[in-house]
Amino acid sequence: MFYYLIKRLGMMIPLLIGITIVSFGVIHLAPGSPIDLQTDLNPKINAEARARLRAFYGLDQPLYLQYFSWVRRLAVLDFGNSFSSDARPVLEKIGERIPVTIFINVISLILIVVIALPIGVISAVYQGSFFDKITTVFVFVGFATPTFWLALLLMIFFGVHLNWLPISGLKSLNYEYLSPAGMLKDRVVHLILPVFLSAFGGLAGFSRYMRSSMLEVIRQDYITTARANGLSERTVIFKHALRNALLPIVTILGLSIPGMIGGSVIFETIFAIPGMGQLFYLSVMSRDYSVIMGILVIGAVLTLLGNMLADLSYALVDPRIRLREE
Amino acid sequence: MNNVKEVIIAFMLTISLFFSSGCGQDDKIPVQTPSRQNCKEEKPAYGDMLIEGAIGDASNLIPMLSSDSASHNVMGLIANGLVKYDKNLVLTGDLAESWEISDDGLTITFHLRERVKWHDGVEFTAEDVLFGYRTIIDPKVPTAYAGDFMEVEKAEVLDKYTFRVTYKKPFAPALGSWGSLVVLPRHLLKGVDITKSPLTRHPIGTGPYKFKEWKTGEKIVLTVNSEYFEGRPYIDGYIYRIIPDPATMFLELKSGGVDQMGLTPTQYLRQTKSPKIKKNYRKYQYLAFAYTYLGYNLKNPLFQDQRVRQAICHAINKEEIVEGVLLGLGEVATGPYKPGTWQYNPRVKRYSYDPDKAKKLLKEAGWIDSGGDGILKKDGKPFQFTILTNQGNNQRAKSAEIIQRRLKTIGMKIMIRTVEWAAFINEFIDKKNFEAVILGWSLGQDPDIYDIWHSSKTGPKELNFISYANTEVDSLLEEGRHTFDIEKRKELYFRLQEILAEEQPYTFLYVPYALPIIHARFRGVEPAPAGIGHNFIEWYVPLGEQKYHFTP
Repeated sequence: MFYYLIKRLGMMIPLLIGITIVSFGVIHLAPGSPIDLQTDLNPKINAEARARLRAFYGLDQPLYLQYFSWVRRLAVLDFGNSFSSDARPVLEKIGERIPVTIFINVISLILIVVIALPIGVISAVYQGSFFDKITTVFVFVGFATPTFWLALLLMIFFGVHLNWLPISGLKSLNYEYLSPAGMLKDRVVHLILPVFLSAFGGLAGFSRYMRSSMLEVIRQDYITTARANGLSERTVIFKHALRNALLPIVTILGLSIPGMIGGSVIFETIFAIPGMGQLFYLSVMSRDYSVIMGILVIGAVLTLLGNMLADLSYALVDPRIRLREE
Repeated sequence: MNNVKEVIIAFMLTISLFFSSGCGQDDKIPVQTPSRQNCKEEKPAYGDMLIEGAIGDASNLIPMLSSDSASHNVMGLIANGLVKYDKNLVLTGDLAESWEISDDGLTITFHLRERVKWHDGVEFTAEDVLFGYRTIIDPKVPTAYAGDFMEVEKAEVLDKYTFRVTYKKPFAPALGSWGSLVVLPRHLLKGVDITKSPLTRHPIGTGPYKFKEWKTGEKIVLTVNSEYFEGRPYIDGYIYRIIPDPATMFLELKSGGVDQMGLTPTQYLRQTKSPKIKKNYRKYQYLAFAYTYLGYNLKNPLFQDQRVRQAICHAINKEEIVEGVLLGLGEVATGPYKPGTWQYNPRVKRYSYDPDKAKKLLKEAGWIDSGGDGILKKDGKPFQFTILTNQGNNQRAKSAEIIQRRLKTIGMKIMIRTVEWAAFINEFIDKKNFEAVILGWSLGQDPDIYDIWHSSKTGPKELNFISYANTEVDSLLEEGRHTFDIEKRKELYFRLQEILAEEQPYTFLYVPYALPIIHARFRGVEPAPAGIGHNFIEWYVPLGEQKYHFTP
């Protein structure tokens, strides 16, 4: 097992290098450069000032040299400074945004799992029942509804008409003046709409996966056997069927780890939440190479780790996949 | 993303139809004046704060290091320059009480205000200006603004309150360039790498408001500088609140989370008519510092004949574009300056919408519908071209469509292509690989437009990308930037506008209105040619109406 882990980790290094080369190449292929936002169609800028800016960001060097100097810094975990005009360290920019993104994503993932799994199980066990039909409709409506549109509807209703919930942001303006309990409440009410909406879309996928995976398992011979052995329906479903049906879900969970730091542009833009989605979008639009690369590298590492975790947890959940210790 | 935004706005429209039916049917533009002051006697009072909504965060609060409007808007309240533009866009003193320009126009001597303090209590002196100047021309400082200051031959401190610059050549835009870009607190920045200075995120200025805190992507909080040299501002706090989505921002406005924002024409005319909004908010309109134009690649044989360009101008109904694209909230542009400024020439040649005249001009130029298929031809070649514009600007795309339709009626075949901004600039504009473009310019306060029209500015990455060349225009531009006398400059730029109107290298389309909305509790708002921000320190909220009672 330990050997397997080392091997998997070792295999990640060439993969990661490949990913960085491709991403570095692709973002430099996109037309434009980090200084364009400052210099394009700006009457105040002259050729000399433009050349200075290019030199400041090292853009006057050949691409492979830029890549090597980036890798050399990355090797000691230095992600460099942002190419936007604030020139702050990339890690600082990511660091101040990542907590809120992860926090919202974790809560909504928990919410999704807690709600979607039972829905999936029940709809599978009582396939074709009223509950199954209702949840199917509900879940597909959820899947098909554009989040930003629903978000605006809810904001208008709860924020403007009823005035129950804040519309956007993470904290009220008078946050610093609230009691500790008031602060907590303030935080919670600000999160209700964003968390609900980010869970709402994901609910559909997960409950459907759960349902079909459960249906698959229920039809298996060993379930029939278990029933024939006279086990209670409860034991059959929860002990024999559910454990097996969870396998594919674990993979999906593992793969959703990198998405945790990704955030969503539309969603964060609508709720004015300063998260990772916005940062990535703005960096791409301004060709902020170092921030883009920073996020991509972190995302790539997490994806690779997520894959590995999914594989490992397979082994935990399913004895058949467990590696033999040789 | 902009497309996404537009979709959202489209949805917003539908939604607001659901929720806000039953409001009045006045289709007239509800121009509102701040008339409530007359209701009862109100005394200016200290207190309250204003929350302004903005779609983008600032990037760097040392002005010379950033080029985004958010950073400069915030710093406008924190920092001062030596000079500033007043409400009528005339240069007046700011940190400089007065200045003298030598007769040869080469030397400017600034006399600075005495006993002005930086927010940390240290006195502001001429050394700070010299330091700012040296920083901006330092090759190691990544600034986009070094250009104007490279014309300086010598900068010197004569005494604590006197600063003198000498130019290589007389340079009229020079005076205006001594704004807040080059005033830096030397005592905090000397010997420091300016890009790593804490001041980039915690600025220290001399202005009416002091920096308090900046939460990235959320808000920037400023608090009043009670020792401000022009007098203590009435409003205690200012919050620059970042809400990237315009639809969300509008909802925040409706629910009271934002006191001031800019409206779209649709919001201005159609979504702010409910009695509640009318009672609680005041809307303003004034011409923005920008114009949109249709520019022709003059290297293209199609557009080299002046009569062709004039014909196109006659064939485009500009009023229709203002009506259709801006819902009437703008004015027809006739030249490169904003109407109402001293440099704007109101009496240039105007082109009425006249398709017959257009056809006549085209016929003179040899373009006739010889095949009878409705398309103009010359030497067997049809009159067709592509209008290129950048993606994400709905107003430009709509203008292109209206132009397309109008030009079709006189026999031109127009294609429209929208391209993502970076590709638009790099692949098409820089390589002059276009036939016609719809673009816009933001205007500075100084009338110098040398970089856009001078025939020497047609190189790669330069702004005369349409390759316009006219020797008289060249000499007017050169003289204009070397002349300080405002009446003489006016003459030069008036003549320039006549030539541009006659030759039509651009077809000037429209100047949009800026459409701010502000909560009605704020009094003293006074729209002027410069906009509404010019007297912000005089805005106040009467005691009984103050909303926020904690100090920010």
